[in-house]
Amino acid sequence: MRTDVILRVVAKLLIPFALMFALYVQFHGDFGPGGGFQAGVIVAAAVIFYGVIYGLPAARRAVPDRAVELMVAAGVLLYAGVGVAGILLGGNYLDYFVLASDPVHGQHRGIFWVEAGVAITVSGVMLKVFYLFAGRGRDPEDEA
Amino acid sequence: MIETPGIAALFVMLAAVAVAVARQRNLFGVVVLTGTYSFLMATALAALDAADVAMTEAAVGAGISTVLFLGALNLVGSLESKPMERPWIPLVLSLFTGMLLVYGTYGLPAFSDPHAPIHTHVVPRYLQEGLAETGVPNIVTAVLASYRGYDTLGETTVVFTAGIGVITLLRRRRKKKEEGGS
Repeated sequence: MRTDVILRVVAKLLIPFALMFALYVQFHGDFGPGGGFQAGVIVAAAVIFYGVIYGLPAARRAVPDRAVELMVAAGVLLYAGVGVAGILLGGNYLDYFVLASDPVHGQHRGIFWVEAGVAITVSGVMLKVFYLFAGRGRDPEDEA
Repeated sequence: MIETPGIAALFVMLAAVAVAVARQRNLFGVVVLTGTYSFLMATALAALDAADVAMTEAAVGAGISTVLFLGALNLVGSLESKPMERPWIPLVLSLFTGMLLVYGTYGLPAFSDPHAPIHTHVVPRYLQEGLAETGVPNIVTAVLASYRGYDTLGETTVVFTAGIGVITLLRRRRKKKEEGGS
C-alpha cells in the first residue's frame, strides 16, 4: 500500500482530523459522549492507520516503541497516583473532593487526570499490540 | 419507540452476518464480516442511545481488531482447512447455550423499565445529584470516573495486564539480536 498515491494522500488528510477528534472526545467527555477509553482507542487507530498505509517502520519512527511501552505503564501509574494524591491531601484513596479547595472543582480535576491516565494506557496497549502483531515475521527489514 | 423497527432490522442483519461468518471458509472474508458485524453492533448501540459504547465498539471492534486479525492472517495464511469430520457436539452445545440464554432473558425486566431493580438502587441518586456533586453533565463520565472510580482503575489495570501479557508472549523473538530495549 506504500505506493498507492490516493491512499497516502487521503491518510495524510484524515489522520490530523482523527487525532483532533480524539482530543475532542477526551476533553469534551465531561459534556458529550466519550472519555479516556474512546480517546485512547482513536489515537491508537490513527497511528495504526498511518502504519497500515505508510508501513510499520514509519509508524515506529513516528511513535517509537519505547514511548509506547512507557505509555502502557504511565497511564495506570497516573490513575493510581490520583488516588495517592487524594490520600496525601487528607482524603481517601481516589477521593477527588480534596484535590481542590472547591469540592466540585476537585471532582473536575480528579476526573480529568483519571481520564488522561485511561487514555494513555489504552492507546499505549493498543499500539503495542499492533506493533507486535504487525512486526511478527518481518524483523529483518524492521531495522529502519 | 419509533426506532424499534430499525433496531429489529439491525438485529436481523447481525444474525445474518453471524451465520455468514460461520459458513465462510476464507478467513479474509471472515475478518471483513466480523468488521461488518462490529459496525452493525455499533449502529445498534447508537440507536439505543449508548453513544459511548457505540464509539468504543466502532473503534475497537471494527477498527483495531480488524487490523489485528489481518495481521494475524498475514502470518497464518487465509484459508481455513476443511474439518475432518462434522463437529455436531459443539453445534448442539452452542445452540443449547444460546437457547438457555434466550430463556434467561424472559426473567429480565423489560427494556428501559424504570422500575427495574438496577434503576431503583443508586441510579436515582446519580441522576439527581450527579451534576451537583461532580459538576459533570455527562452522567456516564461522572459514574465511570468518579462514583465508580475504583472499577475504572481496575479496568485500566486489566488493559495494562493484557498489554503486558501480549508483550511477554510475542516479544521473545527479540532475544536473537540486541535492539537497545526497543
